[in-house]
Amino acid sequence: MRMELIQPFINSADAVLAQGLQCPTSIADVTMEEEAYRRRGIAAEVCFTGEIEGRIIFDLDPPTAERVAAYLSGSEAQDSEQLVREAVCELANQIIGNAVTALNDQGFHFRVNPPNLHTSEQGHKTSEDTEALVMCFTTSHGNVFMNVALRYNRRRAAERAVTA
Amino acid sequence: MEQFAPVKRSEDGQPVRYLIVDDSVFARKNLARMVESFGGQIVGEAGDGITAISEYARLMPDIVLMDITMPQMEGIEAAEKIVREHPQARIVMVSSVGYQENIVAALQRGARHFVQKPVKPEVLYEVIKYVMREDGATARGAGAGA
Repeated sequence: MRMELIQPFINSADAVLAQGLQCPTSIADVTMEEEAYRRRGIAAEVCFTGEIEGRIIFDLDPPTAERVAAYLSGSEAQDSEQLVREAVCELANQIIGNAVTALNDQGFHFRVNPPNLHTSEQGHKTSEDTEALVMCFTTSHGNVFMNVALRYNRRRAAERAVTA
Repeated sequence: MEQFAPVKRSEDGQPVRYLIVDDSVFARKNLARMVESFGGQIVGEAGDGITAISEYARLMPDIVLMDITMPQMEGIEAAEKIVREHPQARIVMVSSVGYQENIVAALQRGARHFVQKPVKPEVLYEVIKYVMREDGATARGAGAGA
């Protein structure tokens, strides 16, 4: 995976989490995973097509997701399961949107699908060229995991260059 | 949440009426909470561009806060259709995707302003005052944070 593709997502996650949750954040752990993705709790998946392909999953354990949803909605406790899921998807949407803005301004062209709730316990095994980078962001509300499996599609970029 | 001086319509001193359009219920609730802290009144919500068009015609709000990426019809297209039918419509795009191309497209098709998510209340407040001031509104009391 190319770091120039991943860095905007790291910067964006750091900024959006810090601003949204009004707390300092740090990256506690970074690992490369080749095994199939295993869901930890409430997870939102965003898929990419075009010059950048793959997916990013944001995953929060249920108590963290409830605390984050409550904080973001300005309430004491968030007991609606649906709203907790929506909060995780909206957080994913904001992080991805800000990163997409940076990548687009750098000249990458690709399509992002709206976040979907990732409901299966286990995802597909990542291939050699899309091994997943897993980052754990610590916040005062708990840990937020970002699982990134992206690759640069040279063929799409070349096709665009020819048609341009 | 921070308290803001209420923004009122200058012609009758009534609260500004909002239509909030976003496919995320969570995002709509948060925006609603914010504009209520500006003294606004939520008159309607929509989860996609098509519903936004019909709700605009039915409710005739003072301001529409419109997301861009939505199912069925995206926000920029919906904004264009609303402004074509109602040239006086004040539409503020609210989206996490804020690259230049997107902002220019939204403004060219009739949106009055663009606010990037995550939304800072003080930024949205200033944008609303600005957009309402273009054809008449008043913030009673002091400015943001008053």
